[in-house]
Amino acid sequence: MANFLVPIFVLGIILYAFKQKVNIYESFLVGAKDGLVTTFKIAPAVIAMVFATNIFLNSHFLDFVFSYFTPFLEAVGIPNSILPMAMVRPISGTASLAIMSNIFELYGPDSFVGRLASNLQGCTDTTIYVLALYFSSIKVTKTKHALSAGLFADFVGIVAAFIITFLFFG
Amino acid sequence: MVTYIWVFFVIVGSFFTIFTGNVEALNNEILKGGADGLKLLSEMLPLLVLWTGIMQVAEDSKILELFSNLVRPFLCKLFPSLPKNHPALGYIASNICANALGLGSAATPFGLKAMECLQEDNPCKDTATEAMITFLVLNTGGVTIVPTTVIALRLMHGSANPSEIIITSILATLCSNVSGLIYDYFKRRKKHG
Repeated sequence: MANFLVPIFVLGIILYAFKQKVNIYESFLVGAKDGLVTTFKIAPAVIAMVFATNIFLNSHFLDFVFSYFTPFLEAVGIPNSILPMAMVRPISGTASLAIMSNIFELYGPDSFVGRLASNLQGCTDTTIYVLALYFSSIKVTKTKHALSAGLFADFVGIVAAFIITFLFFG
Repeated sequence: MVTYIWVFFVIVGSFFTIFTGNVEALNNEILKGGADGLKLLSEMLPLLVLWTGIMQVAEDSKILELFSNLVRPFLCKLFPSLPKNHPALGYIASNICANALGLGSAATPFGLKAMECLQEDNPCKDTATEAMITFLVLNTGGVTIVPTTVIALRLMHGSANPSEIIITSILATLCSNVSGLIYDYFKRRKKHG
């Protein structure tokens, strides 16, 4: 079903524009040029963020921090790979997807951990990355409570994902 | 703010890599880090160009306006600082919808465009406005109704019921979003006294 959404969306716009006698091709080019300019504007921010996230994630600092929690987590029956995934989720979508895929391989997608990982991935977005990208695209540096609000929402989402998975599949 | 995160990532990451005796990996990381960013950009570029093109068509045909009229009553409650016909509302609505359908990469161009529109009315260009923060809270909460990537991965790994996590995902997302919005609401109210 989801496969139809994008084509319907695009076709709908083009058909409607055609009906309204918009010069579709010219319009498209104007917008596309805008997109090109935007890409160049955000390029430094994207490269800078990817650089920093890579150094941070590949240092395995998070694994080190969470290795202390392992005995406690194992007692409750939560494999230790799930917490790093929860921590990585707000930083990098690709990294958390990689951990999730790893969990699926080890425990299977229909295991409790597999379902928990699925819900973790779905419950929030890459807050830090999005904030950095959106704010640097318009050169805003004073972001007030944006980060704390985003991280607070993430935290609640992660806790909720744990509780909800326990309730539904536990 | 972004500066602190960036510096924190680089310093903690670098020192920890050095302490664990992996200087070679760090070396590699620094030298090839830029290439990874470029790779991400090259994946984003065609999408951004295509979608901003399509959205320009949508804007010129006034369908974006029709669409934002539909969600306007709801969005106006969330963004009391924006006038009812603010151009950013259409992009915000499109961004939320694309996100909700799990089309993260299609959502980014709308989001960037929305920020640009909001920035035009910003009296203090280096400071985030209330509307920007509310929008980002909504956006980073990721109102995902169909987590397409997750479902695809579950299917790939042989799940008996790949879409069984849709409802639980929505519930978790709702908890996250509502709490983010409440937090934002109280922060704003506190400031206005």
